Amino acid sequence: MAASTSPPDHNGLLRFTTAGSVDDGKSTLIGRLLYDSKSIFEDQLEAVESASSQKGIDGTDLSLLTDGLKAEREQGITIDVAYRYFATPKRKFIIADTPGHIQYTRNMVTGASTADLAIILIDARHGLLEQTHRHSFIASLLGLRHVVVCVNKMDLVEYSEERFDEIVKAYKNFSSRLDITDIKFIPISALHGDNVVDRSDKTPWYGGGTLLHHLETVHVGADRNLQDCRFPVQYVIRPQTDAHRDFRGYAGRIASGVWKPGDKVVALPSGKESTIDEILVGDAPLDKAFPPLSVTMTLKDDIDLSRGDMLVRANNQPESTQVLDARICWLSESPLNSATRYVLRHTTRDVQAKITEVLYRIDINTLHRVEDDVTISVNDMARVRIKTASPLLTDGYKENRSTGSFILVDPSTHLTVAAGVVG
Amino acid sequence: MSDSNYNLDHLTELEAESMYVLREVAAQFDRPAILFSGGKDSIVVTHLAAKAFAPGRIPMPLVHIDTGHNFPETLAFRDSLVERLGARLIVGSVQATIDSGKVKEETGANASRNRLQTTTLIDTIEEHQFDACVGGARRDEEKARAKERFFSHRDDFSQWDPKNQRPELWNLFNGMHAPGEHFRVFPLNNWTELDVWNYILRENIALPSLYFAHERMCIRRADQILAHSDHLNLRPEEVPEMMQVRFRTLGDLTITGAFESNADTLGKIIDEVSATRITERGGRMDDKRSESAMEDRKKEGYF
Ligand SMILES: Nc1nc2c(ncn2[C@@H]2O[C@H](COP(=O)(O)OP(=O)(O)OP(=O)(O)O)[C@@H](O)[C@H]2O)c(=O)[nH]1
Ligand SMILES: [Mg+2]
Repeated sequence: MAASTSPPDHNGLLRFTTAGSVDDGKSTLIGRLLYDSKSIFEDQLEAVESASSQKGIDGTDLSLLTDGLKAEREQGITIDVAYRYFATPKRKFIIADTPGHIQYTRNMVTGASTADLAIILIDARHGLLEQTHRHSFIASLLGLRHVVVCVNKMDLVEYSEERFDEIVKAYKNFSSRLDITDIKFIPISALHGDNVVDRSDKTPWYGGGTLLHHLETVHVGADRNLQDCRFPVQYVIRPQTDAHRDFRGYAGRIASGVWKPGDKVVALPSGKESTIDEILVGDAPLDKAFPPLSVTMTLKDDIDLSRGDMLVRANNQPESTQVLDARICWLSESPLNSATRYVLRHTTRDVQAKITEVLYRIDINTLHRVEDDVTISVNDMARVRIKTASPLLTDGYKENRSTGSFILVDPSTHLTVAAGVVG
Repeated sequence: MSDSNYNLDHLTELEAESMYVLREVAAQFDRPAILFSGGKDSIVVTHLAAKAFAPGRIPMPLVHIDTGHNFPETLAFRDSLVERLGARLIVGSVQATIDSGKVKEETGANASRNRLQTTTLIDTIEEHQFDACVGGARRDEEKARAKERFFSHRDDFSQWDPKNQRPELWNLFNGMHAPGEHFRVFPLNNWTELDVWNYILRENIALPSLYFAHERMCIRRADQILAHSDHLNLRPEEVPEMMQVRFRTLGDLTITGAFESNADTLGKIIDEVSATRITERGGRMDDKRSESAMEDRKKEGYF
């Protein structure tokens, strides 16, 4: 059996996130996108209409479609990520609508970490703000290669081409120092729907497509690593039932590479070699497996292999290291402490880790490296050196999202305090 | 599948994500459990768990919070599924919680045991010291659920703090916790109702007969159709009548709305679900009690 793949005319699944400063119109845009693509159910719309009129708003406040918490509705801001789902005949979408407020940056990072693409909103009246910078930097840090900059609230600047061009220029200038390869600019009004799903007749000077058209057609498949075989063992299946007395399967999610029965593999860190016997999903054998499938592999030889170990190919191995140079985003209210032994979680492995050096902190507005004041507090981005109690098997995040990412957990509070990428 | 096409269809991608989440639960927690309601979502979770740990058994028990107001079909289905999978079943009884005097049964025409379930659930978690409870809830069901993490932290009192959730990066789930705290885990977070139905069809998953159109004595109340049973307090003007109905979700008998339908096969159900313009919880009285009814119940420790 082969894994089921999408029909060729369908562009599969796109996960995208919103970003940008508070009140730039992210939630309204998502509401508009859902509304104009007819993805809202009647009872949801009725609930939002009645909540809007209760707040004394003229018309329907579409941001209420994602701002579902009581506190969000009271304060009129987004606090935590809302996930919404919709589909068009061309594609299926998972949206993460994230908060713009600096206090909730950790939730924006949460939403962006699983996205393929970010929509960054900019209020046409205000232009680029600090949070625009911060979110753009985070998108770049997290390796989102596709960004759509929506210059929003064009209705409040009389759909001015000049104002649009100014903002495009400012953003290009800023982003030239970031690592984002594909940037599109679209003038929109989330409130009125201009260029969201339908083309606007108020921006005749804009020659590009609508936001939805871009989302439906942008190609993200190439972002998947099919070259370097990495299989972190997640769980060992040993039924020890009468029917499967000797079965020993290694369950996990394929991080990268294409795998086939008969392939020669090396188990790390032991270095023991074996050959893949079967690749299973449930009871069904696959003739080929690739990311992001969850499978169970059996090997021809009995070798010692457990959670946290990794299967790879002999001629293509990750780096094994106890010293890590990484970029981190600090998510905790308590600042980085070089004396703390954090728990570092990387793939399916936990190790103790100390941050031995802060190489520099990023000034988010200028993108300059600050080397003299390296206190790292909440929402700071920095480059650090980490020492771990035992070796990790890593690749650069750019080459491999799964083996190039990690989190730090404070063992006294159990809270996730940082997101990190290798390289 | 052609060699150049390594894009998974989205159901396969969702399945892979859910299996990963379930394995992470088994690996990270000492005493995990699957909350099994007998509804289609928890049946799909159980199916995914069977797949994730095959050919071994599911390495965690199924926990059913029995309101005492269940459809008999649900209980029969539950018992046969448990037997087929060789799984362990733990039942928490709302009736026992009421008998112990810990909670008081609601009275009146809209009386329901839905809210009382939370106490029984929390008691069951404490009794068995579960540190992770896997549920079938999905983000597309309701606006507060749209905010859920995969690993959702609960404090010592089983409370959810939606304003202060842990960040959740990539698929690096952090299940670390202090004694007494636990996690609710939602492997189906990214599935929509239609995904669930299409997956049931693709995998040929057995479901309780209640999901398919059948004849049943019902009453109409406000804009709802409710199954007639001993547990429902009839109002004077309400007269049960025979109708051709099916259920879109299965909860407590007294609150789960039926609707008139001829869909008696999975194919017909999928057509019906694709065409509908009302969310599946649109038929549930428990969500209609106030604008933030779900959020409030979730904060207290509801499923
Ligand atoms: N005139 C005009 N107002 C808009 C437009 N888009 C959004 N707004 C208004 O801007 C305000 C903020 O919108 P939201 O969608 O809540 O902003 P947000 O970016 O989601 O804010 P946070 O999530 O809190 O960061 C609301 O009052 C919207 O009605 C637009 O295109 N034109
Ligand atoms: Mg918002």
